[in-house]
Formats: sequence, structure tokens, C-alpha cells
Amino acid sequence: MPEAAIPLLHIDSLEVRFGAVRALKGVSMDVRQGEVVALVGANGAGKSTTLRTISGLSRPRSGSITFAGASIGGRPPPQIVRLGIAHSPEGRRLFGALTVAENLRLGACTRTDRAKIAADTERLFALFPILKQRWRQLAGTLSGGEQQQLALARALMAKPRLLLLDEPSLGVAPLLVRQIFDALGELKRQGVTMLLVEQNIKLALELADRAYVLRTGSVALSGSSAELRDSDRVAQAYLGAAE
Amino acid sequence: MSGFEYIVQQIVNAVSLGSLYALVAVGLSIVFGVLRLTNFAHGDVMMVGAFTTVLLNALGLPFVPAMAAGVVGAALAGFLIERIAYRPVRDAPDVTRLLTSLAVTYILENLGILLFTSSPRNFPLPAILNESWQLSGGAITFTNINLLTIALTFVSLLLLGWFITRTTTGLGMRAAAEDMPAAQLVGLDVNRLIIVAFLVASAYAGIAGVLWAAQAGVVQPQMGFTPLLKAFVAAIIGGFGSIAGALLGGYVLGALEIFIVAFLPSSVSSYRDAIVFSILIAFLLVRPGGLLKPNREIKL
Amino acid sequence: MSGDWRIPLVLLAVCVLAAAVAYGAPHVLSDYFVRIILLIALNSILVLSLSLSNGFTGVFSLGHVGFIGAGAYVSGILSIPVQQKMALLPHLPSFLHWFSLPFLPATVVAGLFTAILAVIVGYPLMRLSGYFVSVATMGFLIIVNVVLINASDFTRGARTFTGVPLETTLPWVFAWLGVTLFVLARLVYSPFGRSMKAVRDDTIAASAVGIGVLRARLIAFVIGAFFSGVGGSLYAHYLGSFSPNTFYFAMMINLIAMLVLGGMESLTGALVGVVCVSILSELLRSVERGFTFAGITVPALFGASQIVLGFVFILIMIFRPKGIMGDRELTFGLAARSARARKRREEQNA
Ligand SMILES: Nc1ncnc2c1ncn2[C@@H]1O[C@H](COP(=O)(O)OP(=O)(O)OP(=O)(O)O)[C@@H](O)[C@H]1O
Ligand SMILES: [Mg+2]
Repeated sequence: MPEAAIPLLHIDSLEVRFGAVRALKGVSMDVRQGEVVALVGANGAGKSTTLRTISGLSRPRSGSITFAGASIGGRPPPQIVRLGIAHSPEGRRLFGALTVAENLRLGACTRTDRAKIAADTERLFALFPILKQRWRQLAGTLSGGEQQQLALARALMAKPRLLLLDEPSLGVAPLLVRQIFDALGELKRQGVTMLLVEQNIKLALELADRAYVLRTGSVALSGSSAELRDSDRVAQAYLGAAE
Repeated sequence: MSGFEYIVQQIVNAVSLGSLYALVAVGLSIVFGVLRLTNFAHGDVMMVGAFTTVLLNALGLPFVPAMAAGVVGAALAGFLIERIAYRPVRDAPDVTRLLTSLAVTYILENLGILLFTSSPRNFPLPAILNESWQLSGGAITFTNINLLTIALTFVSLLLLGWFITRTTTGLGMRAAAEDMPAAQLVGLDVNRLIIVAFLVASAYAGIAGVLWAAQAGVVQPQMGFTPLLKAFVAAIIGGFGSIAGALLGGYVLGALEIFIVAFLPSSVSSYRDAIVFSILIAFLLVRPGGLLKPNREIKL
Repeated sequence: MSGDWRIPLVLLAVCVLAAAVAYGAPHVLSDYFVRIILLIALNSILVLSLSLSNGFTGVFSLGHVGFIGAGAYVSGILSIPVQQKMALLPHLPSFLHWFSLPFLPATVVAGLFTAILAVIVGYPLMRLSGYFVSVATMGFLIIVNVVLINASDFTRGARTFTGVPLETTLPWVFAWLGVTLFVLARLVYSPFGRSMKAVRDDTIAASAVGIGVLRARLIAFVIGAFFSGVGGSLYAHYLGSFSPNTFYFAMMINLIAMLVLGGMESLTGALVGVVCVSILSELLRSVERGFTFAGITVPALFGASQIVLGFVFILIMIFRPKGIMGDRELTFGLAARSARARKRREEQNA
């Protein structure tokens, strides 16, 4: 491998179970500093479970997760946020009874640098101008696209070193999806490291440097986005055809 | 007494009673919000607050500091209950947690009986609080304790409003009530939130306990039982888990009860509690999210 | 399924033993022990009736004591001797003044009455789940209490209801316990019993495979209510006099403690729970009255026994939330059938 630097996130043989269901059966992957890595796969492949386990909502049964040199597998979510991982979950999961402002404030609840929080909020407005207009509105009353932007913004408020994104295009009108991915592209240019779960493979591979394809709990395929874009093995792996 | 004055009098009574229900219901809703727990022991925390006040007052502490100590005592009791009984079953099924809270009630009430016997004791209300005001030549009467109840409720609810809209912890509590995993994902420490929730809820139960005892004039170990049941109704009418809903529910219930008694014939009004709990059941069936929330599907 | 040839023999032996205890105990044992045996059997009926909905169907009712109270009053009203009725309940509708029923029919009518009440109450309430159904049924209990207190033409209100003939003897209670156990065992270990448990374990999956969730819950609730009514009648004829608050939260907590301690998902677990709690509280109660040991006098500590029971209960909730028996039945290795069923279950889980 050309990049000699140790990866920011390193996952090794991760296994997760829900009762009798083996959701992850030994997943290994790396995310390096500054990289955008896509995680794709069919429904139920274990993409969300991977992200949830990284952020501490699910406990690994075996295997390890190392972030910036520290082992984080099985630690509680608040600790993991403090270490620098923010997770924008599937289905947005905003606090609908709180305002846009309050949602963002909670996004920054692990931070103590008050002054910088205000500056970061201003920067987010540049990325998602609509949030400024909706500042005092209840999050539950936003449109789907606005909610997704707020969910991204809320995760960014933690000033993460690694951003986990679970299906940012879910339930968003096509025009807005474009806009959201443009924003993600801008974040990438700013150097934000991302692990992105996305059903829309085309968009995901456009944005990502590399990608992993999950199939029923294991990595079926991985490689650079360019490689995967040109091969039909993604489609095969996706559909569950022979390897 | 003219009809108008009668109505004004009933409104005073309704606000006074509703304030008490609101204070208790708010605490139930706070705890339910972060823990999905129907906390039967909440009524006994009221009792702890009232008894602490009585005891410290008997030991020579003036009324107001004794009352403050009662509120602190109640908060402490809530903290201990969470620590000792609820935390070990936090991830257990609903029914297990409900039963645990019933057991805590059972223990606290019997502890009260063991220490103080089940016969009522006088609540040492300073004479000034028993004085009453007469308006319209005596047609409208309210005592200082009515006024104190309403004023104290008002102040404590304003404080609560500030807490849940202005502080990160308060906002976090509301966030956790809405979506616990999402609250964890933004980095809120659930353990801390739950502890704060119990402290705040129990302090409010303490205030309510002291005021309830002051209105009744007596304290006894089972004194929390009736207000607890009523507060359940209030909280559910307003939308269980919602703090604003609990307030609304408390005042709605207070008004309803007073008006049932004031304006319906006694053959009906003696069934007041049956009516109240029928309304509770009706809400659970038809509008489980309460008055404030759009219908949420929780059936089957 | 041929079953084990020893089972009928053992059942017969149990019946003979029960009969021997029922008829013999009063001659051999002191009144105190006879009373304890009777209360254990009586509470067993009540706890079993509770287990059907709370344990096997997953509808945790806090309102069953309402049925027990209703049963007690209905049976009481029906069986007060005609001569006394006028004096005790002068405002009863006159047709109720004309007659008084013997113990057995009064008990059956009480059971039917509470079963019908359960249909009316359960039809809406059985749609609810989780703590919603618990709170709603608790509301039912409170409503029953208010009605008992206010319908004073029928119940003498908050005053003591008295004059019920003391007819609850050991043979009666044992016989009814036998009937209850027989009916519940047949029900719980039948195909319908399996659908009840399916509803409890995964409501959505159960309705997806075509099990009528409402129907299963309602049937469990109503049958449970029938035996609660029967138990209420037995209670009424055991106490002779009682008041609405006899059948309120204290009784509910007591019954629930027995149910949960023994294991809600097992019939013999219910029995184990009743026996354990009864013996434990008798022991604690004798300690509570105060005693002198080695020259040290411990004063009476009223309430202490309940406190200990409460702590035992919490410890059970923490360390063994499924109770002593869990979902196992006490069969003394006899029921090969249930052993096979258990094995199948374990294989499925593996
Ligand atoms: N809490 C849970 N309990 C039981 N099974 C679960 C749980 N969460 C996930 N699973 C199972 O784990 C597997 C992986 O689920 P996961 O949500 O990770 O899939 P996904 O790849 O994100 O799918 P999708 O594209 O639909 O979001 C699925 O079979 C799912 O049913
Ligand atoms: Mg997913």
C-alpha cells in the first residue's frame, strides 16, 4: 500500500450478533485520515450495524475497532463522540420537538470551546443556508431535505475527526440529494474524513475515494472507487450473484 | 352568594388543585421521558418531602428552611431510589420495571408506617398561612396556603421552563425523552441525564408533598397514593413524557374535578374518581399521545 | 402421544392426598395451620387466574383485584340469608330480596358475572400493550372501588359488608383449586395456549401468522376473570365480612408478588410463589410482633415484614426476573411430554 500512515479507523474481524442473527461476520476495513470511504450493499447487509458498532450503540461480540490508536470497541457512545467520531444515523433521528438551534446546540454538547462553536455555526450556514432561515423552527416541522441537512449539520457540530453518514439521501427529493452531495464534496475538500453508507452507488462512488461492498455481514469486495465503478462485480456482489 | 362569585371561587380552587397535580405530574413525565418508567414510587417521594419537613420543624428548624430541607430530602430519596432499585433493571422489560417501582412503593410506605405509624400527624403550618382572604363580602375565600401553592407552583414551573429550554442538560433531557439512541449519538451522557431527571422530578415531588400536606393539614405514610394516581391521569391526558403536557393535564384535571363536584348533582359527583379514571382509559384508547400530540399508534 | 402410565396414578394419589388433607386437617392441625393451608389454596386460585393474562398472554393487568372484589360482592349479595337481607341491605331491588342462593350456585354466578364484566372491559382494553394496559386496568380497579363505595344500596358503601355465611372450607377450596388447575392446564398446554404465548413473545409476528391477538388476549382475560370471580366468592364466604378496600391495591400487590416470585409463565410456578410468599410472610409476621431472644427483647416492628418482602421482590426482579420457576413446570420428572417440548425449544434456540 502506498500510504504508509496508520489508518485513522481500523476495524478488524468485527462480529456482531442480535440474538441468533449474525449481523456482522468478521468485517475488516480501514479509513485513513482525509479519506472518504463508501460502504455499500443490499438491504440488511449490515451497513448500519457497522456504523452503529463504531459509534457504540451496538456491542461487538468479537473483533476490534481502533480509532486514532485507541481501542474503542464496546465503549459507550458519549465517550466515542468525545474521541472525535460523529454519527449521523439512518433516518436522521432529529429531536423533532426541539428547534433547529437547539438541535445544533446539542450536537455540540461534548465541546467546551464556546467561542469556536459560534464560529462553526456560521460556517455551517455557508454550507446549509436553509438552516439559518429555519433557526427557530421545530425540527419536526422541516421538510425531508431540510431535516437531512440539519442531521448532517448536527453531526458536524461535534467537530468530528471522523464523520459516519448513514444514507444521507434517504427520503430526500432528487434535486436536494444533489445539493447534499455537493455539500459533502465541499466537506471533503475541507479535509473531513468520512465513512459513508449510501444506497445510491453511483453518487457514493463519485464522492468516495474507496469503497467496501458488504454482503450478508461480510466484505464481499473492496477497492478504489474508480476500479469499482468500472467493474460489474459491484452489481454482482450487490445482487448476491456468484463472486 | 351570586353565581358569578361562586364560579370565581371554583376557579380559585381549580387552579390551586391543578397546581398540585401539575407539580406531581411534571415529575412523573420527566422520569417517564428519560426512562420509559411508570414510577409508582413518585408518590412516596412526596411523602418523604412532607415528613422531612415535619420532623425538622419539630426539631426546631423554622418552617421555611424545614420546607427547603424537605425538598432536598425528596430529591435525595429519588436519587437513591434510582441508584438502588431502578438502575439494576434499567434494561429489563417494561413490566419488570413497573413491578420494581411497585415494590419500592410498598417498601417506602411500610417504612413510613414502621417509623411513624399509619395514623396521621399534624402538619405544623405557620398560623399566617392559615389566614384567609375574603372578597365580595366573604363570597370568595382563599387562604394563604392557596396563594402559596399557586405562587410556588408558578415560580417552580418558571424555573423548570428555564431549565428545559435554556440549559444543555435540560434540552438533553427532552432530547433523550424523544429519542434515546440519538441522544447518545450526539454525546449526551444518559446516566447523568437520568440522575438529573430523578433529582429534578423528586424535588418537584417534594414541593408538591409539602404543599399537599399543608392543604390537608396532616401527613401520613400513604399520603402520596391519591395524588400519584391523579398525576398519572394528568400526565397521560397531557401526553406521557411531555413536560408541557403534564402541566396542561394537571390543570385540566384539577378543573375537571372541581367542576364535577361544584356543578354536578352529588349522585354523580360522588363518582368523581370513577369519571376521572374512565377519562384516563378513554385517552389511552383513543388518544394515547395525549392532548398535545397528534395520534401516535401504540396499539397492539 | 401415549404419555406416561404413571401420570394417572400420581394424579389419583394427589387427589386422595388432597381429600385426606381437606377432610383430615381440621381434626389434626390447629386452627392457625388450617387457616394457612386454606389461604394458600385460596390465593392459589387467585394467582392462577391472574397468571393467564399476566403471565401467559403478556397483558400485565393491575386490575384483576377488581374482578375479585366484584365476585365477592355479587356472591355475598346473592347468598346472605333472606331474613337478614332486609336488615342489611334494605334498598336492594326487591327481586334480590326474595331469595338467597346456596354457596355453589352463588359462586358460579359470581364467576359468570365477572366473566361478562371482563368481556365488556377487555374488549376495548385488550387492544393496549405494555404499561398502557397496566395503567388502564389499574384505572378499572379504581373505578370498581369507587363504584363499590358509592353503590351503597348493593354494597353498604364504605361500611363493612357483613352477613355472608362462612362456608368456605378446605374441601370447597381444594375442589375449586382442582377445577382451576385442570381448566388452566388444558388451556395453556393446548394449541390455543401456544397462540397465547406467541402473542406474548412477539405480538407482531403472531398477528403476521394469523393469530387473532385481540381474541387470544380477550379469552385469557375473561377466563382469568371468571376464576377471579370464583375466588372472590370463596374469599367472601371465608371472611364473612369485608369492605371495598379489602379488594384494593394491597391485595393486588400481594397477589402480584406471589405470581412474579413463583414465575409468571408456569402454573406450578404460581403455586410455588403462593406457598413461598405465604410462608415467608407468616414467618416475618411472627417476628414482627416482637420477641425475646437470649434476654434481648425486640419490640414489635409493624411494617417490617412488608419491607423485607419488598426487598426480596426487588432482588428477584434484578436477579431472576422470570421468578423461581421461570417457564418451567414442576413435574417431578413425570411429564415426558413437557420434557420433550422443552428439549425442542432448546434445540430451536441453539
Ligand atoms: N436491533 C436488531 N435486532 C435484531 N436484528 C437486527 C437489529 N439490527 C439489525 N438487525 C439485523 O441485522 C442485519 C443487518 O442490519 P442493518 O441494519 O445493519 O442492515 P443495512 O445494511 O443497514 O440495511 P438497510 O440498507 O436496509 O439499511 C439485518 O438482518 C437486520 O435484520
Ligand atoms: Mg441501514
